[in-house]
Amino acid sequence: MKIGKARVPYLLLLPGFAFLFTFFILPILNLAQTSTQTPVKGGDTGEYEQSFAFSNYINAFVDNKEQFGRSFVYATLATILALAIAYPLAYAIAFKSGKFKNILLVLVVAPFFTSFLLRTVAWKQILGEEGFIVPTLRSLHIISEQTTLTSTAFAVVAGMTYNFLPFMTLPLYASLERIDPRTIEASGDLYANGLTTFRRVTVPLSMPGVVAGTLLTFIPAAGDYVNAAILGSPNTKMIGNVIESRYFKIVDYPTAAALSFTLMAAILILVTLYIRKAGTEELV
Amino acid sequence: MVTENSLSPEARSILGARISRRAVLAGAGGLGAAGLLAACGSGGDSASSENSVRWGNWPLYLDFDSDSKTYPTLVKFTEQTGIEAKYFEDYNDNDEFFGKVQAQLKLGEDIGYDVVTPTDWMAARWLRLGYTQKFDVANVPNKVNILDSLASPSYDPKRESSLTWQGIMAGFGWNVEKNPKGIRTLDDLFAPQNKGKIVVLTEMRDTIGVILLAQGVDLATVTEAQFMNAVDFMAKKIADGWIRGVKGNEYAEDLTSGDATAVIGWSGDMFILASENKGKFDFAIPESGGTISGDNLMIPSTASATGKANAEKMINYYYDPAVAAEVAAYVNYVCPVKGAQAEMEKIAPELATSEYIFPTEKTASRLHVFRSLTPTEETTWAEAFQKAQGN
Repeated sequence: MKIGKARVPYLLLLPGFAFLFTFFILPILNLAQTSTQTPVKGGDTGEYEQSFAFSNYINAFVDNKEQFGRSFVYATLATILALAIAYPLAYAIAFKSGKFKNILLVLVVAPFFTSFLLRTVAWKQILGEEGFIVPTLRSLHIISEQTTLTSTAFAVVAGMTYNFLPFMTLPLYASLERIDPRTIEASGDLYANGLTTFRRVTVPLSMPGVVAGTLLTFIPAAGDYVNAAILGSPNTKMIGNVIESRYFKIVDYPTAAALSFTLMAAILILVTLYIRKAGTEELV
Repeated sequence: MVTENSLSPEARSILGARISRRAVLAGAGGLGAAGLLAACGSGGDSASSENSVRWGNWPLYLDFDSDSKTYPTLVKFTEQTGIEAKYFEDYNDNDEFFGKVQAQLKLGEDIGYDVVTPTDWMAARWLRLGYTQKFDVANVPNKVNILDSLASPSYDPKRESSLTWQGIMAGFGWNVEKNPKGIRTLDDLFAPQNKGKIVVLTEMRDTIGVILLAQGVDLATVTEAQFMNAVDFMAKKIADGWIRGVKGNEYAEDLTSGDATAVIGWSGDMFILASENKGKFDFAIPESGGTISGDNLMIPSTASATGKANAEKMINYYYDPAVAAEVAAYVNYVCPVKGAQAEMEKIAPELATSEYIFPTEKTASRLHVFRSLTPTEETTWAEAFQKAQGN
């Protein structure tokens, strides 16, 4: 049977669409439906009914603005740190690594061979009292006897930076690697020094990588709760921790759903503003 | 100072020689979030075959022989009765397990278990919602062996549908080097050397229970105002940097790594920590009293008639003092069965005097049970407790 040419693209889209419909659209609708429910009068724990209580959103946000703020501050810090670490790394791999290029790339991806959770727990040990960092810093009098590194905002941001670093490095590498070396040579021919070449040629040409890398880091970091749960303290809880606690501990599904939606909306708005500002339309 | 609740030297010596599977796995099991993320599959067994019983229990909560990879008491049960026991260690969290099976319970569809093991307050919820079946007393004659102190909880005054599996004491645990005098009061706990190195339990009734008792409140009649007052106390200690974390079993990891020096913790864990680390840690019930709670054997409303009868036989079997002693020697939690202490004399005399497994009457009188909460209280109190820990 001959399939009309015009229909081919739609058929190709079908599996992807079916997947998104089942695992994204349906759960989202369910979440939306849950988010405006209220407890059944005289009902038991976890029993809710639909009453279109949009006030759930306001309450959920007002009650947890601190954790929302913290999530975005931590995610922003982790993104900036990851960019600062990954850019030179990706640059070195793309331009200076020679025959070691493939090995270095494998090393960047290597952390993925172990579970995300195990790696985060490992950081708890590394930053813990019996790791090597704390005693060293203490003997150098950089931190006091009472200061600890785990259960701090520092540990949470460090954990997020570490965990999301490959997501920053790989897109940066991909866009840096694609730069035609002749554009850099041409810049030199036109009497630009190294710094000017970097600023006027390399950075602009690598912008798609920067935008992709920062998004791939910021979005999961803002919703992350594992780093705060394992490396943080009650004073460093993020919005993901609140959603988890609402869902599993308080059995307050509507608030958990409303918080999830608010988080999604906030990320969407921030990302849209960012992409507009960064001006890389080819990404969207 | 009298340390009647501390580990007896005999218990220390015997425990030092044993390697409990639970202790070995404690590190891997303490991942909290990991457990949550890894919690997949519905567990249980859909096939309710004629001669079997399906039991969902907490991990590392039954005697296990690591050589043969079997549960000796369950093997004996099958030999004696011909009933095949299917054992699932997939009860990781009360709320999570309930969330998993609630829809099926509501519809009356088989949940894949003939016996479940919820903690007291969750057992109360199952009972309230009618999700359990009453025991046929003729099948559970050993029911009379339950300790008097556990025989009539508010949620099941006649123990018609629930029997305690193990009892769990909560009190103070500490690092002996940092707290050479031990910890008996909240003031000892919040002493300068522990600042920023205190961990308390995520189990609301234990952490707030211990604080309430220290404030002179009776847990059997605690009011909302008293509860909120204790929550505020905890919140203040967190804000002022005294408490570094509110955690589940992971507190044991923090104690061994040195990140925590004092905790509100569970007896069984502390027992193992102390034995594994040559007395580096100790545990005591607070002067003002500690909490005791239990995990309960219950038969879900969805179990078939055969499944129910088999479940009753199995519950009855575990209420045999000799069997109960065998389990207690392995799990180290409070044994709920009368006569088990005498049986323990025969198999491990050192443990028969352990206050952790067989609290004396004097000790038992210092252990208190948190009253059951109404559904509304359950939500608002849990919310306050979660908010105090930054959630």
